[in-house]
Amino acid sequence: MIEFKNVGLVYPNGTEGLKNINVKINDGEFVVIVGLSGAGKSTFIRSINRLVTPTSGSLLVDNEDILKFKGKNLRKLRTKVGMIFQNYNLVKRTNVFKNVLAGRLGHTGTLRSIFNLYSKEDKALAYNNLNRVNIAEKLYNRADELSGGQQQRVSIARVLTQKPKYILADEPVASLDPPTSHQVMTYLKKINKEDNITTIVNLHFIDMAMEYADRIIGMRAGEVVFDGPVSEVTEKTFEEIYGRSIREDDLRGGAQE
Amino acid sequence: MTTKNTLAQKTMPLYPAKTKIQVTIIFFVVLGIYTYSMIKTQEDMVGGFGGALGNMYTVIEKFFPPNFAILPAIWDSMMQTIQMAIIATTIAAILTVPLAVLSAQNITTFKPLYYLTRTLLNLLRTIPDLVLAVIFVGLFGIGVFPGILALTVFSLGILAKLISETIESVDMNPLEAMRASGGNVFQVIWYSLVPQIAPQFTSLVLYVFEINIRASVVLGMVGAGGVGLILNQQLKFYNYPNAMTVIIVIFATVLIIEYVSNKLREALL
Ligand SMILES: Nc1ncnc2c1ncn2[C@@H]1O[C@H](COP(=O)(O)OP(=O)(O)OP(=O)(O)O)[C@@H](O)[C@H]1O
Ligand SMILES: [Mg+2]
Repeated sequence: MIEFKNVGLVYPNGTEGLKNINVKINDGEFVVIVGLSGAGKSTFIRSINRLVTPTSGSLLVDNEDILKFKGKNLRKLRTKVGMIFQNYNLVKRTNVFKNVLAGRLGHTGTLRSIFNLYSKEDKALAYNNLNRVNIAEKLYNRADELSGGQQQRVSIARVLTQKPKYILADEPVASLDPPTSHQVMTYLKKINKEDNITTIVNLHFIDMAMEYADRIIGMRAGEVVFDGPVSEVTEKTFEEIYGRSIREDDLRGGAQE
Repeated sequence: MTTKNTLAQKTMPLYPAKTKIQVTIIFFVVLGIYTYSMIKTQEDMVGGFGGALGNMYTVIEKFFPPNFAILPAIWDSMMQTIQMAIIATTIAAILTVPLAVLSAQNITTFKPLYYLTRTLLNLLRTIPDLVLAVIFVGLFGIGVFPGILALTVFSLGILAKLISETIESVDMNPLEAMRASGGNVFQVIWYSLVPQIAPQFTSLVLYVFEINIRASVVLGMVGAGGVGLILNQQLKFYNYPNAMTVIIVIFATVLIIEYVSNKLREALL
């Protein structure tokens, strides 16, 4: 369980990224965060694995206040909370297999990882996860030889290999075309259901949020302005979150079926 | 509206007027310095360019024909020069890694440490290689060892600077991903930084090796071992045909090494 209690974050330059956030995310939920650019979606998500550190309040992950974490504790938190990025963030010159095995870093000793001494189980796990996202045939290709959608699938395999309890995804489909976007979201949803991994995704496409989310959190100017199950969400809700009427480019389109 | 736009396009200069004036002034100042120093150098030369050409003939006559009989004797010290360069480059390449990482702003976010290593490396680079050699020869006596030390320190300065700049230009995204998956500093560096800089690293090390070969000849002349020492001795005894052979051997070696290393670097990048 993830619990934000009066969480605030002020960046060093004075920008208020988060303002008094109170949110509770239960295990197994698939939450989509929506909001305009600059609303604080990334700040929210990156607080959970402490890529940024809130400056007030407390943030509980499995009942521990992670805002106090340092060094070893912090790395342990990060092995539990996997992350997927808009730009896939693979090591481009390294092959797919090694990129996926990097998901084990947090579980592997420094020397073992430097000499690539991964256990048979780790390698099998990495390979299986590549299979789960249907990209195992690219095992020994360099990451930069893959298309965007393929790279994002590799990054999903990497995060799975980490065996996380939570997955954070910051705009995972923003650089992809509509069909590929749906493919990637479908994998994320499937993993969420099959492995019961709590998943929090930032999206700015309304139709995709509606299609995949169990619950939607709306943000504006660092504040949570809506929080509820997807069944309660209408076009009006989005207009309130965005503070303007809905436009063509708020929709990704190309929905399957 | 449209007419206004086209008007703006016509009259708007690409750079502000102030920048234009500044650049023009700098250009003429530099041009002035060039002209002045060219005239001055001409004045200082005894007999001007004509005299220099005449001297050239006398010099060439003294150096030719080269005495190839001493080739076997030179061979050993040429090898010594190459070995000096190899050892110094290797040591420098190893020592560079921590220094380059510590002086890269994107990796060493702890500012005092970054400024400390930066300053240290800048200081190191201000010492000319010849001065280093003189100091080390003074400390350890004539021979290969002070030469290796001087070359190591000298190439460390260049290499660490160039590589820290390479590090500063890497894609930070994979580093963030490794950090987010719970990797520690060493794992993050090894998995996401090293693969990104490995080709440039090798290429720069080869480049510094080329520089070291040439530098070690010069260092030899102040007593730091290798073929430079022989060249210096022959010149001192006015044994120009011997000296000429040394020069030809150095020339050929440098050419071969540069060719090979260029080919290697082309293959890498
Ligand atoms: N490192 C930073 N330093 C200072 N201000 C920042 C920093 N990162 C983000 N901000 C500011 O914090 C606010 C929230 O940014 P955030 O990146 O969380 O928005 P976002 O909702 O993810 O937007 P987008 O959809 O464009 O990614 C913005 O006003 C942004 O300018
Ligand atoms: Mg963002």
